Amino acid sequence: MARTLINVPKAATAGEVVTIKTLISHPMETGFRPGADGRIRPRDIITDFTCLYDGEPVFRAELFPAAAANPYLTFTLRATRTGTLTFTWRGDNGFVQTETATLTVT
Amino acid sequence: MLAALATGSAGAGEIPPAEIPPSEIPPAERRSSFDGMSPDIQAMQRDADANPGLLWLQDGADLWSTAPAPDRPACAGCHGEAATAMRGVAARYPTWDEATAAPIDLQGRINACRRRHQGAEPYAYESRELLGLTAYVAAQSAGLPITTPADARLGSARSAGRALFTRRMGQLGLSCAACHDGNHGRRLGAALIPQGHPTGYPLYRLEWQGLGSVQRRLRNCMTGMRAEPFAYGAPEFVALERYLMDRAAPLPMETPAVRP
Ligand code: HEC
Ligand code: HEC
Repeated sequence: MARTLINVPKAATAGEVVTIKTLISHPMETGFRPGADGRIRPRDIITDFTCLYDGEPVFRAELFPAAAANPYLTFTLRATRTGTLTFTWRGDNGFVQTETATLTVT
Repeated sequence: MLAALATGSAGAGEIPPAEIPPSEIPPAERRSSFDGMSPDIQAMQRDADANPGLLWLQDGADLWSTAPAPDRPACAGCHGEAATAMRGVAARYPTWDEATAAPIDLQGRINACRRRHQGAEPYAYESRELLGLTAYVAAQSAGLPITTPADARLGSARSAGRALFTRRMGQLGLSCAACHDGNHGRRLGAALIPQGHPTGYPLYRLEWQGLGSVQRRLRNCMTGMRAEPFAYGAPEFVALERYLMDRAAPLPMETPAVRP
């Protein structure tokens, strides 16, 4: 399991635009760099990130080999109701990680 | 200094100024490299959601409370809460190790606890585990001023560190002092030459795309000088770290810092 840091505001009012921040520990190995033995290290990157709000996609990003290690993604969404945010990162070598957080709307 | 060494007295508190090897930068003019960084990298260090060093801190926090084997105590088993037990510790390292009668830095101390008190293998230098635990311990001193322990037994490490800092080494004939005492504030290619204070280690360097120890940083500088870097854990590095901390006091600790 990769380490993640997710920041969702503690509470939001209905209709408010809130900022979500996510950080995940990942080498983002480009597939172009030689390792210590001189051979090219196989590509190992996160290729896709999605955020679902009660099951409905609200944000999606594709990632490419130029992205830095430990990708930091920040985006906004409109808070409409109290619900579950589901964050999923997918990548090479079958990498999948899912985390959830609750967005409370008052 | 020699007389003090001979008596070998140890104690808490500040070292008398006469025992600190002279530095070219007066205390009031000491600045962290943080001040010279671009606002976006400063924000990355300050923002508790954007600082990637915090990912390693989570590893460290887990290791702190995990027993290495069922019959062996976790760090927390002996030390309790890191927030109280480790507060201020990193700000006064390297210190004196009674058992080996030699100076020891924070990474060395953590590995010594692994060996002596947990009956476990020491962690490899720059391993995720050692960096995580060291960052976790050092982060308990974040914001606290670096102090200079008054321990006469550290005197020879202090002067050895200063000698290493001021001596020319490598094919370019440079000394550490040539850049960090004599030319800080100037540019070397794209990089701003900082005063060279180890306030934030282990830290996240964008160039490394990861966390690294102060020794990794010093090896980078030595490579840049075309000098053969000392091995990880070498007594020369511990001496340099001691001198660098004396030279940095009383700047606040900022682990886990972010650097370009
Ligand atoms: C069995 C008890 C025990 C365990 C387990 C233990 N330590 Fe220690 N630790 C000590 C003792 C005793 C000292 C004092 C120095 C010595 O005797 O080595 C110490 C000293 C330290 C210090 C220096 C404190 C200072 O004020 O200078 C640090 C840092 C430290 N330990 C970190 C750790 C970490 C990290 C772990 C887990 C990997 C750990 N210790 C596990 C007993 C323990
Ligand atoms: C040619 C100039 C030069 C020399 C010589 C040099 N350094 Fe550096 N040093 C730099 C630069 C430039 C940086 C900052 C790199 C960056 O932008 O991250 C740096 C960074 C550092 C830092 C990190 C500061 C921080 O905030 O993390 C320390 C500590 C340091 N050097 C110590 C040393 C020591 C000890 C030596 C001698 C073994 C040395 N340097 C030799 C140019 C030099």
